[in-house]
Amino acid sequence: MTGYIEKKHTFRSWVIEKLFMGKTIKEYLKGLITPFNFVAALILLVGVPVSVYRFTQGIGPSTNLSDNNPWGLWIGFDVLAGVALAAGGFVMGTAVYLFGLKEYHPTVRPAVLTGFLGYFFVVVGLCFDLGRPWRLPYPMFVSVGVTSVLLLVGWHVALYLATQFVEFCPALFEWLGLKNFRKWVIKLTVGATIFGAILSTLHQSALGALFLLTPGKLHPLWYSSFLPVFFLISAIVAGISMVIFESMLSHRVFGNRINHQGVDFDKLTLGLGKAAAIGLFAYFALKWVGVAHDNRWDLLNTPLGHWFLVEVFIFVFFPCLLFTWAVRKSNAALVRFASIITVIGIIINRINVAIVGLNWNLEDRYFPHWMEFAVTITIITVGVLTFRWIVNRMPVLYEHPEYKEIDQ
Amino acid sequence: MEISRRKFLKSISAASGASLVSKSQFAHGAERFTGWPERFGILTDITRCVGCRSCEAACNEINKLPAPKIPFEDQSVFEKIRRTDAQIYTVVNRYPNPKPGGPAVYVKKQCMHCDEPACASACLVKAFKKTQEGPVIYNKDVCIGCRYCMTACPFYVPAYEYDEPFKPEVKKCTMCFERISKDGIPACVEACPMEAMTFGKRSDLIRVARKRVIEQPDIYIDHIYGEHEIGGTSWLYISGVPFEKIGFRMDLGTTPYAELTKGFLGAVPLVLILWPAFLIGVYMFTRRRQEMVETEAENFEIEEDQQ
Repeated sequence: MTGYIEKKHTFRSWVIEKLFMGKTIKEYLKGLITPFNFVAALILLVGVPVSVYRFTQGIGPSTNLSDNNPWGLWIGFDVLAGVALAAGGFVMGTAVYLFGLKEYHPTVRPAVLTGFLGYFFVVVGLCFDLGRPWRLPYPMFVSVGVTSVLLLVGWHVALYLATQFVEFCPALFEWLGLKNFRKWVIKLTVGATIFGAILSTLHQSALGALFLLTPGKLHPLWYSSFLPVFFLISAIVAGISMVIFESMLSHRVFGNRINHQGVDFDKLTLGLGKAAAIGLFAYFALKWVGVAHDNRWDLLNTPLGHWFLVEVFIFVFFPCLLFTWAVRKSNAALVRFASIITVIGIIINRINVAIVGLNWNLEDRYFPHWMEFAVTITIITVGVLTFRWIVNRMPVLYEHPEYKEIDQ
Repeated sequence: MEISRRKFLKSISAASGASLVSKSQFAHGAERFTGWPERFGILTDITRCVGCRSCEAACNEINKLPAPKIPFEDQSVFEKIRRTDAQIYTVVNRYPNPKPGGPAVYVKKQCMHCDEPACASACLVKAFKKTQEGPVIYNKDVCIGCRYCMTACPFYVPAYEYDEPFKPEVKKCTMCFERISKDGIPACVEACPMEAMTFGKRSDLIRVARKRVIEQPDIYIDHIYGEHEIGGTSWLYISGVPFEKIGFRMDLGTTPYAELTKGFLGAVPLVLILWPAFLIGVYMFTRRRQEMVETEAENFEIEEDQQ
């Protein structure tokens, strides 16, 4: 009987320690009342019923998708932009574990977590868009269409999700105090990083390659046989920019949780800015090779051509200059600003390829239904809440005191 | 069943002989698929169509589709250009004749049944299949509803049952696959009172089309639409007015869409094999350098101690 009470007691303290961050339930609930949570609750209050509506009434009533425009916001933003912005995990993992840039180690865990959650919520978003989401495993096991670029995307996203989970496991096991598991899983780090880099190279470019099948539909300034390369390079830059952006947010929001002794985050930010500048410049140059290759200079002086120029100059070349300038002047704040413009630019690019530029010559143009926006915003909100929940509990932004200095 | 020794040997030698003969001495390394040889097709002669929409009615009936919003006899549908959708697998559109004073031109639109279909190349669950008979058919039992086929189709043909929440399907013309596999002909062809459509072996239809074009150059323009467009289609058209004036796209080229992603897919195994080799190399290099730095530091410390 005493044993039972003891056991119950330890379970209770475990729950309080691990899930409620050492607070009593009353304290914990009280702590939840914040302006941010209020906004999040409002979003969910709309988003949850809209999601129910989507899955009970179908895609038709809840979107503006049509036979001419079968892909919209959920593919253009949730999937294409989502995957690109979640590239930070693979970029930082490769830099630290394979290229030996160890000083960037503190950025790896948040980047891997962002990557894992990013991909996870990409799949959630995809489930809204698919006509029969419960058949998601079909391309893997039931009927395999090997001629499809989308098959490659499907397989790789699934495998990469698993890989990123393995990469995040050390933090999970440290939190749970499972030392042996952690020891075992940490040995997989280099292998998982290599595997993740291969998968990312292929599926980031494959998302661009999806549109190789749309030469008659996608605006010639965005259609290019280089689309796979565009998508890969811009995803690398997007990943780096997201790491910069997210480390800035983390410092503002979770400042008290960040405890990396002797780490100069401004210096890391500047280093990442340098990488972003080089990547953006390469991307900028490639974009022009694309235009030259198809020789469609004439289209630049049309409304969509002007929009293309805005994308390439204001959202690629301008942040490239900003990064360069900021690195020269050692101005970390400017690097952070440039990273925000870059992230917006990559989102605009994916929207341009999937929505604005697609079916540009059709009268029947698509603009998202309000419910499509509601679902997208809801998914982002749930993603942010999940990120916060994990960061508040697991050693992501700080090193776990018991595991410091080992396995480095 | 018993097979005699003699019969067995005979069949073996016949088979090996056949394989020797059939392989040309000049076999090309990567042969391109040029379509099933015996495939059927349909030739639509646009000059004969009068816009009676009998084909639409027949298609509606044979596929058990819901009654149309505007009756088949009602000419008001021609006021705007329509496309196929989940309940209409074929539409007839009216275009003004580009020749002044000429009669209006009616064009039937449906799935083109490409020889190498973009939809089939796009589909990640092999839901689309180009049959040996010619039709491109769809298997609803594996479709996950990603609608990449619709994005890929250059003719804007496949349609989706957006309003069906639980069992949505992609819908399009089947070229009456069931009927033609039982030696029948497609319902629309059968229904046409003007014989505007001819059903037959595609190779024969090309000959028929060419004959008409050559013999009556004052009626037809010199182009068989679908003969070469995106690698060839089973549905062919001949017309008296330029195709670009009556809703046909002339910018699609002659490359089958499957070729467009071949290069990328071909590079995938290269990345899968070379990327790990390269990355492991980089990792080894980094580690070696680190070890060197560490030993140098140790040596330096030892030297300092000795001094």
